[in-house]
Amino acid sequence: MEEPLDLIRLSIDERVYVKCRGGRELRGKLHAYDQHLNMVLGEAEETVTTHELDEETDEEIVKKATRTIRMLFVRGDIVVLVSPPLRTT
Amino acid sequence: MSMFYYFFKTLVGKEVVVELKNNLAIRGKLHSVDQYLNMKLDEIDVEDKVQHPHLLSVKNCFIRGSTIRYVQIPPKDVNVDLLQDATRHEHADKS
Repeated sequence: MEEPLDLIRLSIDERVYVKCRGGRELRGKLHAYDQHLNMVLGEAEETVTTHELDEETDEEIVKKATRTIRMLFVRGDIVVLVSPPLRTT
Repeated sequence: MSMFYYFFKTLVGKEVVVELKNNLAIRGKLHSVDQYLNMKLDEIDVEDKVQHPHLLSVKNCFIRGSTIRYVQIPPKDVNVDLLQDATRHEHADKS
């Protein structure tokens, strides 16, 4: 029987997409994880997406900021979703 | 079962950047870590001093593990093969 965590095991040494709380997304090579979804990602890109409301025009401004971190430990309690990389970006 | 605890123990003495959930980022030498991944950092330096001037006179600090979002680590201090092997063994197929 394969549990959800066993599916993540298949992605070790592969690039993964991780959706996190606070509008953050990570893409990186999965080196390690545990049952809390603590992880170590290599060559990780973090994209932070923010929504701002323009006071005058009332339009929603979407901003994205990306940075690269060569080796990153991620605490599991911020993780929402883990999957193979999406092909949109 | 405490794989990351042992992982951080191998990084004691190395320089890391701990990014907290409140966006405060602290660079320092990892002094110690415990089972909860609470950490003590020595000779700390706040990454964004303008936004977070509160720790200007602080040299060492204790960080509760639950407040951490990320820890940035120097790649050369990580043996990725060992990490991957340890992870595979942690989650070995039980069927």
